[in-house]
Amino acid sequence: MKYLSLIFLSLCLPFAANAIDSKTFSDPQQQQAYETLTSELRCLVCQNQTIADSNAELAADLRRQVYEMLQQGKSRDEIVQFMTDRYGDFVLYKPPFKAKTGLLWLGPVVFLVLGIIAVFLVVKRKKQAAAQESGQAEKLAKIRRLLDEGDVS
Amino acid sequence: MLKYILPLILFIIMAIFLAIGLNLNPSEIPSPLLDKPAPVFSAPKLQAPNEKLAPADLKGQVWLFNVWASWCVSCREEHPVLNELAQQKAVTIVGLNYKDDPAAAKNWLDTLGNPYNVSIMDQDGRIGIDWGVYGVPETFLIDKKGLVRYKHTGPVTPTDVQQTFLPLIAQLQAEPS
Repeated sequence: MKYLSLIFLSLCLPFAANAIDSKTFSDPQQQQAYETLTSELRCLVCQNQTIADSNAELAADLRRQVYEMLQQGKSRDEIVQFMTDRYGDFVLYKPPFKAKTGLLWLGPVVFLVLGIIAVFLVVKRKKQAAAQESGQAEKLAKIRRLLDEGDVS
Repeated sequence: MLKYILPLILFIIMAIFLAIGLNLNPSEIPSPLLDKPAPVFSAPKLQAPNEKLAPADLKGQVWLFNVWASWCVSCREEHPVLNELAQQKAVTIVGLNYKDDPAAAKNWLDTLGNPYNVSIMDQDGRIGIDWGVYGVPETFLIDKKGLVRYKHTGPVTPTDVQQTFLPLIAQLQAEPS
């Protein structure tokens, strides 16, 4: 029984993944554009969902807006511009590269470079220490040898 | 010495960033409309559906644009504050009745009082999209030239009115049209 309900629930998953909408498209390219756009725009009510995923009323309105604009033959860029004019860059899941978002985009690179420098410095220091130690070991061996040989002269 | 100070400095930097992060309000999204012309609409009035209102009709006036709905719980909390503000007659108050049933909206105004000089209807939420509305209530201040000068998200409190709205309204009223 338990398994049966599990199987049933997993069958429901594909339906739960997206908010249900019945939009018809005349050509598959347009449908593709619709699906990409709605999965790149953020629902502002439930901020960690795209408007494709969200069941909020605002998300449904924004999906309708995207759909209508595509039907009117508007390009992807025009639709994105329309949304950012109204809701700001926040509506985009992929923020544009700007002075304000510079830290966001360059942060990972900066940290990677810092990490590489740190590793390099640590390795260098370890090597120097090892070299010093081996130098000392050599000296110790020489002293021992001299002691063993005794005073010959 | 550096060995001890460096972790401390790193810790302080991290603490500062975390403190900033804690004090940010993620639901407050800066409006790209600020200092831009008020988005155009032409919408039927709630109390007189045959008449329409457009932002151009309000040119030369400072007006407060309040997005509300009878289904919105926080609007109920905000309503007495707006009633109070309306009594001071400091500013023209325009309501955007957002995605609401006109009958329910009228009933709301009849029972709770009507602070709006005029309310317009946006039943399918299109005006809301043009104004970047994502949560009701939202309140905008528009100056005499028709530029959006301020946006407030969420219910307006008496403190907001005293500390933000009234001083800003006075400032905008003093500006030439």
